[in-house]
Amino acid sequence: MTAVEDRPGDVIQDSPSGGAAGRELGRARRRKEDGRLITGRTKWTDNIVLPGMLHLAMVRSPYAHARITSIDTSAAQGAPNVVAVLTGRDLDDEQGGLPNAWPVTPDQKAPRHPALAVDEVTFAGEAVAVVAARTAAAARDAAELVDVEYEELPVVLDLEEAVTDGAPLAHPSLGTNVSAHWVFDSAEAGTGDDVEQAIARAREDGIVIERRFRQQRLIPAFMEPRSTVVDPTGEQLTMWSATQIPHILRVMLAMVTGIPESKIRVIAPDVGGGFGGKLQVTPEEVTTLLVARRLRKPCKLTETRTESMMVAHHGRDQVQRLTLAATKDGRVTGLKVDLLADMGAYLGLVTSGVPILGAFMFNAIYKFPAYRFECTNVFTNKAWTDAYRGAGRPEATFAIERMMDELAAELGEDPLAVRERNWIRHEEFPFTTVAGLEYDSGNYEAATSRAVELFDYEGLRREQAERRERHDPVQLGIGVSTFTEMCGLAPSRVLGSLSYGAGGWEAASIRMLPTGKVEVVTGSSAHGQGHETAWSQIVAERLGVPFEDVEVLHGDTQVAHKGMDTYGSRSLAVGGIAVVQAADKVVEKARTVAAHLLEADPADIEFTDGRLSVAGTDKGMTLQEIALAVFAAHNMPDGVEPSIDADAVYDPDNFSFPHGTHLCATEVDTETGAVRIRRYVCVDDVGEVVNPLIVEGQVHGGLAQGIAQALYEEAIHDDQGTLTTATFVDYLLPSAVDLPHFVTDRTTTPSSTNPLGVKGVGEAGTIASTPAVVNAVLDAVRHLGVEDIQMPMTPQRVWRAIQEAVPVAQEESR
Amino acid sequence: MIPTAFEYASPTTVEEAVAALAEAVSHHRDVKVLAGGQSLLPVLRLRLAAPELVVDLSRVEGLRGVRDDGDAIVIGAMTTHDEVMRDPLVNEHDLLLALTTRTVADPQVRHRGTFGGSLAHADPAGDLLAPALALDAQLVIAGPSGRTRTVAAHDFFTDLFTTTLDEDELLVEVRVPKYTGWGASYQKFNRVAQAWSIVGVAAAVKSDGGTIGEARIGLTNMASTPVRARAVEQALVGQPATDEAIRAAVADVTAGTQPPADANADADYRRHLAGVLTRRAVLAAAGA
Ligand SMILES: Cc1cc2nc3c(=O)[nH]c(=O)nc-3n(C[C@H](O)[C@H](O)[C@H](O)COP(=O)(O)OP(=O)(O)OC[C@H]3O[C@@H](n4cnc5c(N)ncnc54)[C@H](O)[C@@H]3O)c2cc1C
Repeated sequence: MTAVEDRPGDVIQDSPSGGAAGRELGRARRRKEDGRLITGRTKWTDNIVLPGMLHLAMVRSPYAHARITSIDTSAAQGAPNVVAVLTGRDLDDEQGGLPNAWPVTPDQKAPRHPALAVDEVTFAGEAVAVVAARTAAAARDAAELVDVEYEELPVVLDLEEAVTDGAPLAHPSLGTNVSAHWVFDSAEAGTGDDVEQAIARAREDGIVIERRFRQQRLIPAFMEPRSTVVDPTGEQLTMWSATQIPHILRVMLAMVTGIPESKIRVIAPDVGGGFGGKLQVTPEEVTTLLVARRLRKPCKLTETRTESMMVAHHGRDQVQRLTLAATKDGRVTGLKVDLLADMGAYLGLVTSGVPILGAFMFNAIYKFPAYRFECTNVFTNKAWTDAYRGAGRPEATFAIERMMDELAAELGEDPLAVRERNWIRHEEFPFTTVAGLEYDSGNYEAATSRAVELFDYEGLRREQAERRERHDPVQLGIGVSTFTEMCGLAPSRVLGSLSYGAGGWEAASIRMLPTGKVEVVTGSSAHGQGHETAWSQIVAERLGVPFEDVEVLHGDTQVAHKGMDTYGSRSLAVGGIAVVQAADKVVEKARTVAAHLLEADPADIEFTDGRLSVAGTDKGMTLQEIALAVFAAHNMPDGVEPSIDADAVYDPDNFSFPHGTHLCATEVDTETGAVRIRRYVCVDDVGEVVNPLIVEGQVHGGLAQGIAQALYEEAIHDDQGTLTTATFVDYLLPSAVDLPHFVTDRTTTPSSTNPLGVKGVGEAGTIASTPAVVNAVLDAVRHLGVEDIQMPMTPQRVWRAIQEAVPVAQEESR
Repeated sequence: MIPTAFEYASPTTVEEAVAALAEAVSHHRDVKVLAGGQSLLPVLRLRLAAPELVVDLSRVEGLRGVRDDGDAIVIGAMTTHDEVMRDPLVNEHDLLLALTTRTVADPQVRHRGTFGGSLAHADPAGDLLAPALALDAQLVIAGPSGRTRTVAAHDFFTDLFTTTLDEDELLVEVRVPKYTGWGASYQKFNRVAQAWSIVGVAAAVKSDGGTIGEARIGLTNMASTPVRARAVEQALVGQPATDEAIRAAVADVTAGTQPPADANADADYRRHLAGVLTRRAVLAAAGA
């Protein structure tokens, strides 16, 4: 356990490699990939330059909803260095429609999604034409010369308005703004009771809390804008793309364009972040491919930051209506969730499934008997939404953790006590939830008591009381978030039962090179997570080879031919297990060869510290020596192939369920509404840890992103549907100075569903922190009569909420 | 994004620079001066401006640095924010300017962005306008054929992103009177550290034994130009440096303001903030 205490400048030292087995897992290694990633001396897609390569620039609609009446490309065609200008109509025979892989209901409605719009644009920024030129500057200049005439159509932007009668239609041809309606009901599913009855009972003799929460629209804001290069020359077409999903992309490109999959190679070189934002098959990728194929020249399309913010898919954007029923002594008896989820203008790869992923998480760590989740997926004239760090689970966690604080406030009790009364006790695992998931393990008590200790919960509560007492202009609040999430996406059969279009397995191969080096090929395509280091540690441990001898290859469908890529905190809990299985197969194959070479029975061969030896003797060979012997293949056992390389594909039996307790103290300046995070403590339980430094990094980044949703980030559109937060001047991201020093620690309750006991940590911080911060701000001003403040809790919103509130005491004295 | 194509000149003297500007203007060519580029380059890259000629001042000697000139200090237009905030003369005689400059953006921007560029850019949310106004800075401007003129900060800023600078003129240096021994505070209110001010209040206060003798107050982003809170300055004279007295004296701080409204703050909220921040700035500047 590495507790990074409140000691600035405290750096975890990299421990030197011993090379010996058994000491790699759990070692805080610095990431081997960081040198090239931090300095940028690597192959980002935009760094790729090919002979004769053309540069593309998109012509984009300034209107959120309009009919395209004409496009005049002549001026652009005639501009210097321009090779071609192509419109949606020009490419329409080839462009098909971009895929949605998650038809959540059989009758889900979805408009065709052309890469370049043909007749109608349905969000501001949608591409209508593309310019190919010999320089990037010429392409950009010429794009401004394309003269598009539009006839504006009525726009629908607001979710709640979109489902009212007579609202303008985002896609008039669909005849409705509703894409799908999806329901989970514990009584119907047989996983629990009827929620309406629970609510009716609570109305008579208990507590009913009803709230409406808004999950604002967020922009994933990955560091590297998206970029695609397509080389159509040669037998196969090669696409380099800044994507999280080279494998899925390849399959989808084949389906969309009709090019045989075997003729497409997709490479995700180093990718600068994604957060779900690059889990997509994009109009830009398809357009680049079509133009390159048409012009028979390599083409590159790199978006600007503003384009990225306008058109790369957005995240969240839901209205949540919640009804929580509880007994008078604060035991939750039921939860009803009624969601409106903004799809935006189209259904991207998993747009429609994102809110559904949340359906299984609203009950969180609590055991209550009745639950109903209802979600309406709605079209509006905005960029489409899709996966963004947490995808469905932050929304669910926010809702339930806010409701638990509301329940505590209603009861006048400590929010931790109310949670403890309702959570699944350690001895109750494995536990089947009201949403039908089986939680294999968890220890909410341990994580919570450690967090309380690190936080000085009692001390801060005292200070809070004192500040209230003396009417201090700066009030203190404490927010709690005891979260869990489902990681390790996902058992393929579960995905099938949810109508998702693909499986959830992952592949790995291990190649034992004759010089003793080891190549690990993973289907999990890293884009900043540190797979190269973590996978090397796993293999070094498992095979007893030096960490430095392990090379991890990923992201190229010709090298890693099989994969499901990286999202949903799945890499370690699924891809890492495939690596373990491949390594174990290598050892088994080597055992056969070793027995033959050492003239022993395979059953007598022991494998320790990278050496296969005959039990009870000093006869033995290292795995690396066997690799060389197999390469020469001069002396192989009869009928045994000369290879100890191995492949494995792992399909998990269950999700994994990391959890943790996050405690946040905020100071609220009641004179200005400014919020400052005074202390943030999180104790996460992510199971066994391969590399504590990587875990720490994921937690820190996740916290920053979750805190940013609570306080800073919001994609805002004007009445016409133009995104007004399309630069970082207006879309606020916090930097290090805006964030507190995080105090982190861990408890370790291993997952019982995989051989490493790991769970996943990629999204934990994001999921847990948003409600912790919001609860803390509200806790600081609740006594002034403030019940809720919409996210992001800007100073203006906080100040105004205080102005408009009726102080609790005053209200009571009336 | 990529800016539109432009010609580029890189003069080495003020005369050459002004001549390049004059030449372009006489041919009706759209010309822009490039200082630190921290505001101009974003504007060019977003294609909000498309000059035909860019005159880069980075090689012009003598536009950079701070010197003592008797009752004033003189800051070259090309002195970077980082140099201004660290300069001993600025810290000794115009602490308000040093403190304000520390709040501008982040270290990278402060190493490139310049004092002159900030004033010439005249962004109402820019932080350095308010102290320049409050301290009665004088801006020295060079024009064609060796012409120079000096304009008070009060007359220099005329509107949003607009000053009295002509297209063929160059801001050369800024004379800031000395306020040696005055206390100072800049209260910058923003949502994240490297964001622009929602409201900022610059206050320099001369106090003696707990009584305010003189005060100078400038407001950032409370109108299309920086605003001098003269009524408050007068009300503060002779007041004890106590929370109560200052609270009363700053009541009129929004007189003469016309605050903008945006996603961060509407006009009412800005007016409210101006009051709170002015009180805090004065209290801090008075050492209370
Ligand atoms: C991320 C970021 C954050 C920022 N945050 C802040 C902040 O918090 N507060 C703040 O005050 N500023 C902020 N800035 C702006 C920064 O202070 C700029 O440096 C400043 O506004 C312009 O200075 P410059 O030297 O870069 O000028 P440039 O960008 O080179 O020029 C700006 C304008 O002034 C004109 N100009 C420049 N010099 C002269 C001259 N000598 N004579 C005539 N015209 C001239 C140019 O033609 C141009 O129109 C920020 C900038 C960035 C990029």
